[in-house]
Amino acid sequence: MDGREQKPEKVIEVRDLVAHYGERKILDGVSMDVYGGEIMVIIGGSGSGKSTLLRHLVALEQGTSGTVKILGRDPAALDAKEALALRKKIGVAFQGGALFSSMTVGENMMLPLYEHTVLDRTTMEIMVRLKLEVVGLAGFEDLMPAELSGGMVKRAAFARAVIMDPKILFCDEPSAGLDPVIAAALDDLLLRMREAMGMTIIVVTHELESAFRIADRITVLDQGRILLTGTTEELRETKSERIQNLLQRRTQEEIVDPEEYLERLMGERLGERALL
Amino acid sequence: MPSSDTRHSLTRFTERMGRTVVAGVEEVGYCGALIAESLFWLFAGPRLKQPVRVNSVFVQMMEVGVRAVPIIALLGGTIGVMLAIQGVHTLRIFGAESRVVIGIALSVTREFAPLITGILVAGRSGSALAARLGTMIINQEVDALTVMGINPVRFLVVPALIALMVMVPALTFFSGLVGLFAAGLYVGADLGISMAAYVDQTIEILSTDDIMHGMGKSLIFAALIAVISVANGASVTGGAEGVGRATTRAVVQAITAIVLTDMVFAFVVTR
Repeated sequence: MDGREQKPEKVIEVRDLVAHYGERKILDGVSMDVYGGEIMVIIGGSGSGKSTLLRHLVALEQGTSGTVKILGRDPAALDAKEALALRKKIGVAFQGGALFSSMTVGENMMLPLYEHTVLDRTTMEIMVRLKLEVVGLAGFEDLMPAELSGGMVKRAAFARAVIMDPKILFCDEPSAGLDPVIAAALDDLLLRMREAMGMTIIVVTHELESAFRIADRITVLDQGRILLTGTTEELRETKSERIQNLLQRRTQEEIVDPEEYLERLMGERLGERALL
Repeated sequence: MPSSDTRHSLTRFTERMGRTVVAGVEEVGYCGALIAESLFWLFAGPRLKQPVRVNSVFVQMMEVGVRAVPIIALLGGTIGVMLAIQGVHTLRIFGAESRVVIGIALSVTREFAPLITGILVAGRSGSALAARLGTMIINQEVDALTVMGINPVRFLVVPALIALMVMVPALTFFSGLVGLFAAGLYVGADLGISMAAYVDQTIEILSTDDIMHGMGKSLIFAALIAVISVANGASVTGGAEGVGRATTRAVVQAITAIVLTDMVFAFVVTR
């Protein structure tokens, strides 16, 4: 831990990122840094923009304005070859696993190796077993994704995400939809994987318990803005009412603009009446 | 009040029209871009060390082509017999039943074999392609491919496109053969023409031009099926229901496009 603080190397750098979905603004000037070797957890309620932020961090989407730098490079400015080189350095475990349903678990994991390396099949099989061993799925390589339980799918997705030994691992809602025991086991797995492979891990979640268990630092996202980025202690001690509400699971009072409220209720009618 | 209401309904109608047109143009543009990207990966892929996998092309060819052989044989044969029955019935009015062979040979080769094959493949493989892509998008499998650095067009679209471009003409040729043979059986039984004489006459009537007419059309149909199915599959939103909607739309659009193109092609080429 101390070594990291002496020489903080930024693996992700986001500056004033603004993103729209249609005409709706999802991210409103997000800026954040993630340092090498840390586990950064992005938390926020549903609709806070955290999944959108993740899609921008893994270069699946590009913002309206602002920049995202992954390992010092802006994916928007790369040509095909450089983009591919960058892609090989990141791994993503999607919320639903996103395993290819027409392939076995082993084939799923082998696909990146097959596409991006010239290894022979035996080596690839060994690498697959090695990673399956890490996530505790040894011997499951011949099963189809449909034959796995929810927790196993997530484990397999982790294993596939790290098959190329990425520098950064992204996880979208790793514990969503799982029972607490299995969710805790997945948290331990993430910690162990960081230990074993020394990667930077970025987790997006709405599970506070899980966030506090694994995070080095936490970023709180709310309505497309970052409320706070800090260590778990800093987060617990913050005076911000909004964050405390979130931590205590209190519901948030919506701030109501009476005119806007009236307009929402009336639909288009109000505008028409005003015109006449 | 009424005048303002009509004005509003008029603007709304115009607005809706405009949106529909823009969406349509956008879709056509998307299809064009899709073809361009497919060609790019087909030819530039090997140089970027990301070739289109021959293996997956063969898997698709098996699915699109070989597995469709029985149903194509059945439909091709039925169409042949149907044409023979109608042809003999119609020509009997003029007492020219024996000329039915000309009608069968030309209409099967130039029209019915490509059309029936196109429609069948659109229903069978176009829907499957749209559904598969749609499901993969819903399950984030396409996103997973992208973040792995595997281009979805190269990995999913190009193999299907190649398979269709090869197998639809091949199936069309096969369907034509079966149709002509089945028609020959009926004509032989009804008019007492020997099979050998029927085959001789058919070969004499058919020119390379007729065969190329059918084959050329089937090639266009194949591209239409691929592009329309992929475009619909790729536009899926809204879960399983969305996949169903996109699949239906893909088949309806593909068949419509096939029939319209058929007419335009026939008009342009035969004039």
